[in-house]
Amino acid sequence: MTAADTPLTLPAEWRDFLALTKPRVMSLVVFTGLCGMIAAPGSVDPVIGFTAILCIALGAGAAGALNQWYEADIDAVMKRTQKRPLPAGRMEKPAALQFGVGLSAFSVILMGLAVNLIAAAILAVSILFYVLVYTVWLKRRTPQNIVIGGAAGAFPPLIGWAAATGELALLPILLFVIVFLWTPPHFWALALFMRTDYASAGVPMLPVVAGERVTRHQIGLYTIPMAVAAVAPWPLGLTGAVYGASAVVLTAVFGALAAHVAFRTTLPDDLMTPEKRLFRFSLFYLALIFAAVVADRWMA
Amino acid sequence: MTPQEQNEIRTRQKSRAKVMAILLGAFCVLMFAITIVKIKAGMVP
Repeated sequence: MTAADTPLTLPAEWRDFLALTKPRVMSLVVFTGLCGMIAAPGSVDPVIGFTAILCIALGAGAAGALNQWYEADIDAVMKRTQKRPLPAGRMEKPAALQFGVGLSAFSVILMGLAVNLIAAAILAVSILFYVLVYTVWLKRRTPQNIVIGGAAGAFPPLIGWAAATGELALLPILLFVIVFLWTPPHFWALALFMRTDYASAGVPMLPVVAGERVTRHQIGLYTIPMAVAAVAPWPLGLTGAVYGASAVVLTAVFGALAAHVAFRTTLPDDLMTPEKRLFRFSLFYLALIFAAVVADRWMA
Repeated sequence: MTPQEQNEIRTRQKSRAKVMAILLGAFCVLMFAITIVKIKAGMVP
């Protein structure tokens, strides 16, 4: 092969590195981390608070980059992910790996030096959990992938709280549990209307492996403990009535939408509107639940 | 390598270098601010 035959690989653009960090996922992670920090008792210096949130964002971005590095083959087959930098051929795999590892180390070290060691340790665990436990171990092996993997996305409020106080308490642990139990109904609603995409990529999502009926029932079942966890901070005296009333109303709407999905059957040429509605509302739900925690703290 | 390809590579390298410079500048400012906060809090001997 001559030099002229060798395909030219252009250096990736900075926008591709940004896309590697999954900015949309990062925004929710930053939001829940920030809420965890604001809900914590006492006050944190704005510079240290900003640094903690920056580290949470960078850690999430690093985990996203390592996820895309490992899953480039799956992403290439799924319509939703085909345009990502690696499957689209805009970046070489080693560059993504180096970027992900470097950013992970940077975020954890900065958190440890500037904020505190507990927040840094939880950040490190969350990155390792997302990359090793979810991406490498569970995702291609079991339909329970997102049930256990959901814990990875539940760490930010714990990190935010730990950054502000240097310790953990029952409320941030409950916030962790809420995100953990919210993840299965949220992702299974998505998997119901993206089923063919996951099937063609060989990802054993629940609708692909166990069928729609089981998935619908599981959505309904997981919504029950999620609802209990969402309302629990109020009767436990960890939050006030502002959070309590918000959680009850929001959870009732979530429950109604989940019940609709759980008890219906797919019709021929079904547009999957209730599933799409549940998926969209679940995003609002989580954001509003966390906003309610903050509002409650401010109004107390 | 054609001149167009060389130009494209140069453009991308320039653009990445600019972003890296901005990020490094921002990091220096952040480290300065963190140091000031730590000194004020008496955490730096």
